[in-house]
Amino acid sequence: MLEKLFTGPKSYYVWLLFLLCVIAGCGLVYLDQLQNGLGITGMNRDVSWGLYISQFTYFVGVAASAVMLVLPAYFHHYKKFKRMIIFGEFMAVAAVVMCALFIVVDLGQPQRMLNVMLHPTPNSVMFYDMIVLVGYLCLNIIIGWVTLEAERLDVEPPKWVKPLIYLSVLWAFSIHTVTAFLYAGIPGRHYWLTAIMAARFLSSAFCSGPAILLLLLFLVRRLTGFDPGRDAIRTLSTIIVYAMCVNVFFYLLEIFTAFYSQIPGHMEPMLFLFSGHGGHLAWVSYWMWAAVIMAFASLAILIPPQWRTGPLLPLALIMLVAASWIDKGLGLLIGGFTPNMFEAFTPYMPTGKEIAVALGVYAVGALVLSLLWKIALGVKREARHFSD
Amino acid sequence: MNTSRRSFLKVVGLSAFALSSGMASLAGTAGAAGAQIAPGRYERGAKALTAKRWAMVIDTRQFHSPEDYEALIEACHKVHNVPHIPGNQNIKWFWLDKYDRVFPDDMNAHINTKTRQAEYPLLCNHCSNPPCVRVCPTQATYKMEDGIVAMDYHRCIGCRFCMAGCPYGARSFNFVDPRKYLSDPVPNPAFPTRMIGVVEKCTFCAERLAEGKMPACVEASGGKVLFGDLEDPNSTVRQALAANYSIRRKPNLGTQPGVYYLI
Repeated sequence: MLEKLFTGPKSYYVWLLFLLCVIAGCGLVYLDQLQNGLGITGMNRDVSWGLYISQFTYFVGVAASAVMLVLPAYFHHYKKFKRMIIFGEFMAVAAVVMCALFIVVDLGQPQRMLNVMLHPTPNSVMFYDMIVLVGYLCLNIIIGWVTLEAERLDVEPPKWVKPLIYLSVLWAFSIHTVTAFLYAGIPGRHYWLTAIMAARFLSSAFCSGPAILLLLLFLVRRLTGFDPGRDAIRTLSTIIVYAMCVNVFFYLLEIFTAFYSQIPGHMEPMLFLFSGHGGHLAWVSYWMWAAVIMAFASLAILIPPQWRTGPLLPLALIMLVAASWIDKGLGLLIGGFTPNMFEAFTPYMPTGKEIAVALGVYAVGALVLSLLWKIALGVKREARHFSD
Repeated sequence: MNTSRRSFLKVVGLSAFALSSGMASLAGTAGAAGAQIAPGRYERGAKALTAKRWAMVIDTRQFHSPEDYEALIEACHKVHNVPHIPGNQNIKWFWLDKYDRVFPDDMNAHINTKTRQAEYPLLCNHCSNPPCVRVCPTQATYKMEDGIVAMDYHRCIGCRFCMAGCPYGARSFNFVDPRKYLSDPVPNPAFPTRMIGVVEKCTFCAERLAEGKMPACVEASGGKVLFGDLEDPNSTVRQALAANYSIRRKPNLGTQPGVYYLI
């Protein structure tokens, strides 16, 4: 199936070349970081994790979200998802690759990263996170490749892949649960010390991941003519609405507990995120309010069925993705570290170089996704599974 | 055959020879060393100070100004080659802060001025139940049998999970190369300097205890900071705790800090 990579319009090659250039450019910035240390980032002694780890967290969610296609298709035999399920699985592969890279670029001594395997430490959540992520990557590569091959040969997938698919459903929940445990088990970080963290992570993943998938598939439809199917889009957007409602509901639960209990430690991170400190809004406050507005606006469009199926759908999905990204990709980390362990305020803002390194990882993810989807699209076209 | 190729081959041949003989001798020494010491078993020196659980009691009543702590800070930083790096990507082993920062859970708007305005020393608490050890994915930070929470700078991968985990902000990460900020020669050549990209913190002077010396800050304090075995009822720390009112930082988190403050 790899031969599908070598045929394509000129625009396909231009896109790959563009991504390679971005990766090379951002790679140079990463070399600078390797040479001069994480001092080039905006992180500091009090805010010791930043953009890299928050992006890692967000993309674990994107990876886990493939289950929103796999579960209805295989547990409930919802056939309409079958045509686009491979795109979800391959997106999960690209997302896990990005997660791994975001961890690597965050390490102070990346050449020692195999110490996690050389000295396995069962009491560290990071040990389990490594296991579940590697496992999930393998599962999705195997399942995706085998089912696609079967589709190309126009036969049923081999029987042995079924148990792997069922396993991957449970595994998807585990990767984001374990990622939430990285945060939720730490004493003294008020914003993270909440039992609902894993549930919040999953709900935010199950709305934002499928939303990203749908947006990308709309783009693919325009570029190649591949049609995921009207009913499939409708069902997936319904799933997205439910997940987003639960996501917003869970955040409101956090706000209730913090502000009704009036415990300062629980209120302060949220007060900082939304109203800043010392009478001045923090830069992140503008983002947080934008997230609130976009979250409710996306729900306003997505909840009424006639709007959900209408031309406003892409706009609503974009707002939903942006809102969930701000919540998890910015607010989660900044709120967790501010106020700091001394109940004081140390500002954090990612530097240009830090953003460049993160963009480089994004570009690697886009490259992996483009190549895998190119193969999938080639097979779909050959097997005449391109549209109804 | 031109000269450059000949010299290249010479170098290759010589390196191959050196490498193989080097490997052989290396294997030989490793074998000899292995015969002497069973892996993972080391004995303490005869002079070493030992305890079941080391703990520190800081009598803050005897320090009247931040300057009184200066000798302690300097002793610590000198002994451990702690660099002074400006900005908030700095390294701190032993430092000072105000009451509301050190004991943020003890909020009282009307606490007496003296307590409120005084500065208090901060350092690693060497907890009995340390979250940093729990979260470290490589056991680069670990608890020794005498209660000291130690660091292996050569195993640390720099993931900074321990910094997120420590509720006391006791850990520092080498965002930049610390050696650039040290004098040449370094203040204490007997103690290793750290490399870029690893986490470090106070060690309760485990390396000095092994030589029979008290921690540097304790020695510099002239009796105002006590250090001893918390499990021994006759130790100075236990006697001080029995006779005075003491507090610890964030006791409600269950970490069981080993640093006590007499207020």
